[in-house]
This record gives sequence, C-alpha cells and structure tokens, in this order.
Amino acid sequence: MKVTFPHMGNAWIVIQTLFESLNVDVVVPPFNSKRTLNLGTKLSPESACLPLKLNLGNYLEAANAGADTIVITGGIGPCRFGYYGEVERQILWDAGYNYEVVTLEPPDGSLAGLAKRIRFLAGRKNSWAKILKAMRFAYLKSVALDRVEDLIHAARPRLSHPLYTEKLYESAKQRLAQTMTEKGVQDAVRWVQETIRERQEGLNSMNEGSNKPLRIGIVGEIYTILDPFSSVGIEEELGRLGVEVDRSIYLSGWVGSHIFRGIAPGYRSIRSYPRHAKPFLPHFVGGHGLETVGAAVKFAREGYDGIIQIFPLSCMPEIVAASVLPKVQETYKIPIMTLIVDEHTGHAGIQTRLEAYVDLLERPRLLRESIQTREGVLGVGG
Amino acid sequence: MLVDDKYFLGVDVGSVSTNMVLLRPDNTVKEALYLRTQGRPMQIIQEGIKLLRSKIGKSAEIMGVGATGSARQLAATLLGADVVKNEITAHAVAASRVNPQVQTILEIGGQDSKIIILRDGVVSDFAMNTVCAAGTGSFLDQQASRLGIKIEEFGPLAIEAKNPVRIAGRCSVFAESDMIHKQQLGHSLPDILAGLCQAMVRNYLNNVGKNKDIKGPIFFQGGVAANPGICKAFEEELGQPIIVPENYDVMGALGAAYLAQEKVGSRPGNRTRFRGLDLGETHFQAKSFDCTGCANRCEVVEITQDGRSLARWGDRCGKWSVAGAADTAISGLEQKVEQRGA
Repeated sequence: MKVTFPHMGNAWIVIQTLFESLNVDVVVPPFNSKRTLNLGTKLSPESACLPLKLNLGNYLEAANAGADTIVITGGIGPCRFGYYGEVERQILWDAGYNYEVVTLEPPDGSLAGLAKRIRFLAGRKNSWAKILKAMRFAYLKSVALDRVEDLIHAARPRLSHPLYTEKLYESAKQRLAQTMTEKGVQDAVRWVQETIRERQEGLNSMNEGSNKPLRIGIVGEIYTILDPFSSVGIEEELGRLGVEVDRSIYLSGWVGSHIFRGIAPGYRSIRSYPRHAKPFLPHFVGGHGLETVGAAVKFAREGYDGIIQIFPLSCMPEIVAASVLPKVQETYKIPIMTLIVDEHTGHAGIQTRLEAYVDLLERPRLLRESIQTREGVLGVGG
Repeated sequence: MLVDDKYFLGVDVGSVSTNMVLLRPDNTVKEALYLRTQGRPMQIIQEGIKLLRSKIGKSAEIMGVGATGSARQLAATLLGADVVKNEITAHAVAASRVNPQVQTILEIGGQDSKIIILRDGVVSDFAMNTVCAAGTGSFLDQQASRLGIKIEEFGPLAIEAKNPVRIAGRCSVFAESDMIHKQQLGHSLPDILAGLCQAMVRNYLNNVGKNKDIKGPIFFQGGVAANPGICKAFEEELGQPIIVPENYDVMGALGAAYLAQEKVGSRPGNRTRFRGLDLGETHFQAKSFDCTGCANRCEVVEITQDGRSLARWGDRCGKWSVAGAADTAISGLEQKVEQRGA
C-alpha cells in the first residue's frame, strides 16, 4: 500500500510526518501547479469548485509515483467538500484509476467507523498507543508550521528583500519537514524567530523611522486561503506591497476543531468565531461561512486596516458569508474586498485589485502625512 | 515662458486604447492622445511618444512620468516611469482633482468595468467586473460593426429611440442573439440600440455596482462615456444626473500624470527617470520563456532595448525580475520608503 493525499498549502508536511512515523509508505504528490490544475480540470465537472479540480490533479500526478490509496478528510453539513472523497473515487474509477479511497470523517455517533479506517491505514503492526503518539507529534508539528507561517507574515513587510524572506520560509519548511523530534521542531521555530530578529536589527540601524505596516485580515474558504497556489500567492503579494497579513484559519486550528473536536485548540483557535459572528449570522451555514463572518468581525474589532475574503467560484457557504459582510463593513467602517478564484483566474487581475486595495487603505494616511509636513514647513517659515 | 515648456506625462495602456496626457505644472492639459492599442502596446507607446514630440517645442522638458493600465509595467519599463499605479487609483486621483466633490466614478473601458466610491476625495470602496466582460467597450464595438454603423453613431442613434426594446444583458452572447431576434421581428434600429444600452447598464449595476452606495456627483469615465445612449440609460436607472468630465476618455492617463507630479514635484531634488523623447526611434523587443526552476513554471517576459536587457517579469519568486533591472518593483519600494520618511 502506498498512500497519497491531496495538497492544501503546508498540510503535506504534517501528513507525511504522520505516515512516516507509522512506517507507512507515503507519496507526496508534486506541488500544485498549472499542470496539476489542467489534469484535474479535464476530469472534473465544470461547475465543481477549485479544490476538487486540484485534488484530482494531485491524484493523477501521485499515481505516476505509484500511489494506490488516497486518504482525504470528509465532512458533514452543506459544504460539497464533505462528499468529495466519494465523488473523486468514482471519477477516478471511470477514468481508469483503481484507487482505494479512505475518507476520514468526524465521528457521527460511534467512533468505530473512524477507528476501523485508521486501523486500515496504519496496518496491523502499529499499536493504538503508537498511533496516538504519531498523531500528537504531527499535531505539534502542525502548530509549529503555523507559527512559522505567521512569523513570515510579519517578516514580509518588515524585511527589505522579498526573495530573502521567501528563502527563509522555504528552508524553515524543509527543516520542519525533515525533523522527527520535538526538539527539532522547537529549534526550527526558534531559528526562524532569531533570523528575522537579527535581520531586522541590521535593517533598523541602517534605516530608522520604519513605520507600522498596514494590517489586512484574510478570511474565506479554508482550502483557498491555506493554499497559496489557489489564492494566486495573495499573502506573498500583499507582503511585497508592505502589508502584514493574518488569516482567519490556520491548519492546526482547523485540525484541532475538526478532527480533535476541540480537545486541542491548535494555532489561532477558531472557537470564538461563532460568538463574534452572532449579531450578523447566528447559525451554521456549512463550510466555514460562519467562521468567515466571525473572523471578519474579530479582525475589525482588533483594529485591522482591511479584510479580504477569498473563495472558489460557486462556494455556497462563502456566498452566504459574502452577502453578510457588507453589514460588517458598514458597522465597523472597515473596507472588505471579496476575491473569487477558479481555474480561469489570472494573476494580473488579482494584482491590480490588490494594488488598488492597498492604495485605498494607504492613501488617506499618506495624504494626511504630507499635509502635516507641509504645515510643519510653514510653521518653521512663519 | 519657460514654465510652458515643462510637462508631466501620464500614460495609460489598456486592452483597447493607449492614452497619453501632457500636463502643465499649472494642472492644465496641454495634449491628450487616444490611440488604439491594437494588440501592439510597445509600438503604440513609441508612436505616441513620436506624436507628442512633434506637438511640443524642441526645448520641452518632461519633468515626470506616470504609467497605469493593464500594461503599466511594460509602459513603465519602456518609458522609465517615476510612478506605476493601478487603474483604480489613477482614475480616482484624476476625478478628484477635476472635481473634489465627486463621490462615485463609473468607469467602462475596453475590457473591464469598474465602480469607485470616493468619500472626501479618498477611495473608500471599489469593484471591478470579475468573471464576465459583457457590456464593456469591446462588446459595443463588435455590435456596432455587426449592425454596420460606426461606434460614434451608436449613442446618438440610441437616444432617438421612442420605445426601447428589452434585451437580455446578462451575457453578451445571449444579448447578441436576443438583438438579432428583435431585429428580425422588425423593431427599429434606435429602439434596439437603446434597449442594448439599458441592458448593459442594468448588467453593470447588478454586477459591478452591487452593494455599492452610489451618491452624486457621479462621474462617468472611460471610452464608453462617449456614448450618450449609455449615459442616458445610467441617468434613467439611477435617477441622478451623470457628469462626463472633459477628458473622460483619458482620465487614467491624466491620473497617472497627476501621480507623477505628486511624486516628482513633492521634493525639489527629485529627478525623473524618463528615458527621453527620442525613445520613439530605438528598437525594443520582447521575448518570453518558461522558467523550469520549480513547479510554478512561470512565464517570464524579457524586454530588451537595442539588444540590452531592460527588465524581466512574470516570475513569482523574483529570481528573474531581481536579476534584471527590476526598475518598477524596486521603485515601488523606494517610493514607499521615501514617502514614509517624509
């Protein structure tokens, strides 16, 4: 058995770790690329959302590397992703791929079904104690990864050379992917923290008076916000435009609530979002629609300068959220922009919108500053 | 008289038209060019510069250059622009300089349409058409030529309509077949054209203008604003007067010129990076290749002038654009540092 799984941002590092610590053969599919998307789009119904198309592309590319079993999370509720595991199995079967598909779903009533599937994946040799230990370690790594990602969010607008920050991020991910000890995980995070601090100190001595960057909160459908290929690298792009981003959902936060049912909160717990959303949207609408609204409210209350919502074309829960967000915008006087992505999304269009949006947030501040300096000059002259 | 010979140049290279504006330091427009891009932005930029050169004196000096439009990066590289800005900011800056009270800008260009909401002279919200280009200039062009009329006649004919017919405007393909259907039923040409204008306006307000607080004064800019039929349909639908500013068709370029003035004029020591008015005579070339460095497989574009590499872009990681001249990316950064330092 060779297990593979769909990509979603950095999730591969966590999933690979989990299977490797159980000595299960795992195939990490090639990273999401135009090729992946083209392969997947050919097999997908046109109206399906972007994640399905990318998932299928991942499986086709993994099949070339010998994968024969897919593991995917399922879900309950109105989001279509919940049954993608089954849909994908049938599409692949029709296309001539004989994949075994294992869908891991949150337990509904009895734990037996989930336990059976985990046992199937882990094989006979692994004890339950070992499985739990592996899950705990993968979870720790996931939290560490999210911390690194958030450090990079903060570093991008502050470190001068974009290429440098991206290289740092890449090598941090490599380090985290390779280490198999808790100490190694902690060291990697500390290494990133220290590198950023050193670099920043070097910059500050050269160039004083560095202003506080703009802060934008990213909310929306989990796959598109976690996966930089789907969001056309929006976080990196905003970083280059001098913006510090934060995100409503991080991988471990989602795993914590979705799989561990809140026993472990993960990085940036999503537990408080329904409470924040309540005045605007009082109930579950499927997917992460409720979290999107709640996170938008939370970002607004925390004084963020702007909020960007991203979702794949035809995502129902996010469409519900998108129709509620103008109320949030009005209540908190915070500009909210919605970006919809699919296989036709062009980089140039997103770029223009991001630049215009950052200008929208920045120009009032710049104009204010220039008026102040002029007054200052007049003051000295008079 | 020296003052008269100094200008700020604004260039807006869009999908359909390439516009250039020469702005005097006293904020009046010396020259405005509206050229068709015809899919050859590099040549058209050069032709435009040649044209401008022939219209101004030998001693004329360009103090600063701003570039905008979908080919802003290309234009900035060829010209050596001091400011590179997106179309939304450029249009908003131009409108609020022309009339500081403006609260809404409707802009319909060749292939995109946008709405910009301003409050107190600052952009507070905006939207662009996302997945559909129905109702933009290109479609109107296409329909005019199908009906055998000049695009300039389209609007005047449409306002003659007595009973505009109702046309499905959600999709340009369906709009076309609906128009043909109405034509075959015997409706008059003005009624069909007016119906199309109304359909386009409804479509615009439902898609781009959705959830936007449209308050007057309202500016209507972009090439399509030349069409009085569309203006009339907007006025009827919104129940408010629509103002078409004097330089409606080159507002993006005008905004870019103002931005150049802001940037270069803000400090006396600033010098423009403009490559000079003789760039119309040099030879530019563009070539592209697929980078094989990683799975992203970026399409990298390289611009050369007389065989010398000017800039590269298109890569996500910055490997190629940093290696090249990367004027635009770095100038954006410098600008930020400078403005913040000020």
